[in-house]
Amino acid sequence: MNAPAYNFAYLDEQTKRMIRRAILKAIAIPGYQVPFASREMPMPYGWGTGGVQVTAAILGPQDVLKVIDQGSDDTTNAISIRKFFAKTAGVATTTATDEATVVQTRHRIPETALNANQVLVYQVPIPEPLRFLEPRETETRRMHALAEYGLMHVKLYEDIARFGHIATAYAYPVKVNARYVMDPSPTPKFDNPKMDNCPALQLFGAGREKRIYAIPPYTQVVSLDFEDHPFEPYRFNAPCALCGAENSYLDEIVTDDKGGRMFVCSDTDYCEGRQAAGHHGALSAAPYKEKAQEASNG
Amino acid sequence: MTAMIDVADAQKTFTMHLQGGVELPVVSGVTFQVNPGECVVLSGPSGAGKSSILKMIFGNYRCDSGRIGIHHRGAVVDLATAEPRQVLNIRRSTIGYVSQFLRAVPRVATIDVVAEPLIVNGMSRTDAQARAGELLHRLNIPERLWQLPPATFSGGEQQRVNIARGFISDLPILLLDEPTASLDAANRAVVVDLVAEKKRQGVAMVAIVHDDEIRHLIADRIVDVTSFAAAA
Amino acid sequence: MADQNLGENDEPLLVAKSLSKSFGRIAACRDVSFSLYPGEVLAIVGESGSGKSTLLQMLSGQLAASAGHVSYRMRDGVTRDLATLGEAERRLLFRTDWGFVHQDPAQGLRMAVSAGANVGERLMAVGWNHYGRLRETASDWLTRVEIDIARIDDAPRTYSGGMRQRLQIARNLVTEPRLVFMDEPTGGLDVSVQARLLDLLRSLVAELHLAVIIVTHDLAVARLLSHRVMVMKGGLVIETGLTDQVLDDPREPYTQLLVSSILPP
Repeated sequence: MNAPAYNFAYLDEQTKRMIRRAILKAIAIPGYQVPFASREMPMPYGWGTGGVQVTAAILGPQDVLKVIDQGSDDTTNAISIRKFFAKTAGVATTTATDEATVVQTRHRIPETALNANQVLVYQVPIPEPLRFLEPRETETRRMHALAEYGLMHVKLYEDIARFGHIATAYAYPVKVNARYVMDPSPTPKFDNPKMDNCPALQLFGAGREKRIYAIPPYTQVVSLDFEDHPFEPYRFNAPCALCGAENSYLDEIVTDDKGGRMFVCSDTDYCEGRQAAGHHGALSAAPYKEKAQEASNG
Repeated sequence: MTAMIDVADAQKTFTMHLQGGVELPVVSGVTFQVNPGECVVLSGPSGAGKSSILKMIFGNYRCDSGRIGIHHRGAVVDLATAEPRQVLNIRRSTIGYVSQFLRAVPRVATIDVVAEPLIVNGMSRTDAQARAGELLHRLNIPERLWQLPPATFSGGEQQRVNIARGFISDLPILLLDEPTASLDAANRAVVVDLVAEKKRQGVAMVAIVHDDEIRHLIADRIVDVTSFAAAA
Repeated sequence: MADQNLGENDEPLLVAKSLSKSFGRIAACRDVSFSLYPGEVLAIVGESGSGKSTLLQMLSGQLAASAGHVSYRMRDGVTRDLATLGEAERRLLFRTDWGFVHQDPAQGLRMAVSAGANVGERLMAVGWNHYGRLRETASDWLTRVEIDIARIDDAPRTYSGGMRQRLQIARNLVTEPRLVFMDEPTGGLDVSVQARLLDLLRSLVAELHLAVIIVTHDLAVARLLSHRVMVMKGGLVIETGLTDQVLDDPREPYTQLLVSSILPP
């Protein structure tokens, strides 16, 4: 850490305490949205201000931080947040999921299974799952308080009526610990099963909406559905073009302007790890060769 | 024999608040009884209060004083002081009212309009419709009209539908307000027959009939309403 | 008088005792008492500002009374004072055993959600979790309120005023409530549309043995639907009784004025 102009991890200690109190309450009431006094951060809303504040409040000097955006460690957003904490907290950073103690994420859960020594911090844009059908905050709060969740099924009903199946592909609502219905942030529903009974602590921060919520380790998380239209995680009909993984979440990459495209793992660390371990996809030859050469040269 | 209807010293005055509170006496001291199987015809000139008395017995007009005893399910109820719910119960299971005009029930088939009072009292739809059909047949309503709502029928046809509806039930009291007013001779005869049948079944009836011939045929006793004319 | 002549079910469903509501120095509703029995339709008539809407809100537990109380016989047979119900109980009552038909369907419907989901919402709220059965029930109800089931996936904002009102009725009746509150349900509809709606309401009320408290300024609506009527003026009930009795033989000056103001049909 070069200039001590900032307090450790940017936020002052009073603010961190306030956020930690909110986090503790959130852990005590799984899935419940705890209001907190969200601060202005040196980045615009929508860039992860909620997640950054949660990370800042829980980070210690010994932590190893990984930041991903849509599964990728090397997008602008991921890099700038990683650098932000490297600079203001001086913590070690990594791109390897299994080396990290704190993983801040936007829109994905890593493919590598998390362990009990890790915390996953989500950046959340709209924390209220009932918001699209009920605009009044007073009313949605009352609905949570009384566990009136019929409206959530109205949304799923609409999907089936319109598309023949539950077409909600991300921000798919879940019930946490058999009590609160929660919006898992805009993660794809592919990742929903990973939230259930997860050994790692999961924290959710919404900066603009000033809410923090949590899923404590080993908590039941159930995706809502109908008996005759059960929840189904998204399945891809081709393996990753680079590492050949059969059951990871894929991104579509446009490769030319003639309609060429490839589907590759959105989790870059996972994909690279598999390639390094010798797994191959249909289009993996070239990029893997370069890396292998780099490695042997270095 | 217990009277089915026992009117004692009933009095009715309209107070017209919109005309500066003018008091309009209608009838007073109305006293008469009707026994089972008896048809009492009210007589008197227009405006003497015949319809008002009929409406008082039905609970449609309130009594200012006096008593209207109705034999209802084994007890005597004073309609002049009865609770609204009680009046409704009495109308459902004791008193029927046949007026000249059908209160139009839109969109309901004629056969069902006629069968309704039986269904309300618990008869199955099929049985009730069978009896309704019989009665409509007797009253010369052609079968092709039975499935249509009566709202589009001629005045005479509507009246006959109404008579069928009024006579179908097994209520022990029937009030008849000019049931034959615009009927042809054949249908008037049917009504006379229906009244006679009701008498045999022990039904107590109060009727207003202008036609002398019909009055002669159905009346067991005539009560002259002019004697109840309120002193104006 | 011996009460052996009364109907089978002699316990009232809802009892209002000395209900009053003041807004500051204005008494919107004063000392209203009555009992409502299962299957009974009560019309509250009066002009704007007579206190009838305030009364309806108190009766349906949406507005706290300044004095007096309302009790309701719950489905388990126990009569409870509405003021002592917890919010969760009150809301459950509201979406299962009660219905509320608003004058403006936009207040009673989710305008952007399909008709099928509008009808199914109350069922989903009490835990129905089978799409096929929800849809089947919604179709049944749409048919009962004479909405073409081809329109089941359309949102009510694409419906006509009369259809919206019928949809609102289906949405309320799907849980087979015992008591339905209606606030000017035919207000703002064309005369022919009104007639159809009234006719439908009449048959549903009889068929389902519903108790109804209907607020209306339209005496024709009161005559067609109600057994009993309460006439309100200046926050007071000035006349009450059997509907045809009050309308054919009105006693109070104000009731006579109301009755004489109806245009002949």
